[in-house]
Amino acid sequence: MTESRPAAVVLDGVSKCFGSKQVLSRVSFSVPRGEAVCVLGRSGTGKSVMLRLMIGLIKPDAGDIFISGYNISRLEGKELSRARCKIGFLFQSAALFDSFTLYDNLALPLRRLTDKSKSEIEGIVHQALNQVALTGEENKLPSALSGGMRKRAGLARALVLEPDVLLVDEPSSGLDRITASEIDDLLLEQKAMHQTTMVIVTHDVHGARRVGDRFAVLDQGKLIALGKPQELENHESETVRKLVAEE
Amino acid sequence: MRRFLQFIGDVTLFGIRVMANVCRRPLELGETWSQMSEMGVRSLPLVSSSGLALGVVMTLHTRSTLVAFGATALIPRVQSLSFFVEIGPLVAALLVAGRVGAGIGAVIANLRVTEQIDAIEVLSVDSFKFLVVPRVIACVIVLPLLTVFMDACGLVGGFFSEFAVSHLPPKLFLERAFQGVEWSNFVPPTLKTAVFGFIIGAVSSYYGYTMNEGTHGVGKAATNSVVTCSLLVILADVILVKIIFLLFPGSAI
Repeated sequence: MTESRPAAVVLDGVSKCFGSKQVLSRVSFSVPRGEAVCVLGRSGTGKSVMLRLMIGLIKPDAGDIFISGYNISRLEGKELSRARCKIGFLFQSAALFDSFTLYDNLALPLRRLTDKSKSEIEGIVHQALNQVALTGEENKLPSALSGGMRKRAGLARALVLEPDVLLVDEPSSGLDRITASEIDDLLLEQKAMHQTTMVIVTHDVHGARRVGDRFAVLDQGKLIALGKPQELENHESETVRKLVAEE
Repeated sequence: MRRFLQFIGDVTLFGIRVMANVCRRPLELGETWSQMSEMGVRSLPLVSSSGLALGVVMTLHTRSTLVAFGATALIPRVQSLSFFVEIGPLVAALLVAGRVGAGIGAVIANLRVTEQIDAIEVLSVDSFKFLVVPRVIACVIVLPLLTVFMDACGLVGGFFSEFAVSHLPPKLFLERAFQGVEWSNFVPPTLKTAVFGFIIGAVSSYYGYTMNEGTHGVGKAATNSVVTCSLLVILADVILVKIIFLLFPGSAI
């Protein structure tokens, strides 16, 4: 069903070493437009590194990464900035700017990267906050927000420029089951309403099964399985079967 | 030795990168203004209280010596010249290196640890231009202003100390303080603190921006910033004083 759509994300033979440690080894897969792929794997298998490579925060030693047609691994400076406008990134810690209010956190990319007027920006920010149920909290600093609120605010900031691709690092990390489920609901809503392509690194199989169309399983830096959750339940590798099994 | 030379090279390149980015758009005027108020206004209590105390102490020391020569009338002039030429610029710079340098190092290092610098980059904002350049510019602008304030507080402290002993009228104190003081005794030493400001801003930003040791590195960045900035300010002072003497021979006391 997915292969007929053009790919929004393509990883082609991506490898990355830190010193003598091979973190990713010739990882290749693609994500068609509008699909959500959840990346599973044990801790330290290179999942977060893969996301950082996809946003261009680090460069691969080998291979290419195409996001919305941009070869992220080869871009620098202004061209990389232009490509990043098409990508939203939700950090594990949300990474909100702690000296800015919630409003300013969301308004920053709009002020810097668009020609929108003050009133237009105000409208977009309020709509984004409303979407993540944070209306009325705009004047608070991130330190005054709970973990779940910070994560929702981080998601709102990642989506404020209406990106084609959303990269999410551990959306449920540090959250209780109910709050984690609320974040999953927001991701599902975004996918349904805007057909946003998503790559989600997670350890939460329950959430991954709700949001993800396919799972990619990494083990020791290698992609060992890629497919629908149901297909992977009977995979030959015990690691894959354990990782995709619901608790 | 190799590590030291590498550090010097890295900091120099970092400083050159700052200068290359100063006039590049966007100018980050809002962030620069915010840093100036943070560094300037919040440093005022420290600078003014230190200036007052040093002024009092300086007068107490010079009085006991000058009394022996019957030259107590020179106390205001000694006070003003010593503050304008050296004490004001150097002490203000060292105080700012301690307060602001540690702050810049720790804040930027913390932004690195908490992935906020990555978040800025991800939002297509140049983190170097956004975080480092405004802080360095703010240091360059604020430090000469704080130095003038320190000079003024030093004179006020000196006056109070002298008034307590000799009841010297304020008008006469000021007349004697500025008697024989040339512009070259005041302007070049004050302006040299812009160089100190650049050193403090660039070096402490360097420690924060390049830190990659997790939360442990935040404290390390703050400590290294203060130690290195203080040392470099003192070394730069030696060179700048020599340059000032070459350019303005009349400024030598």
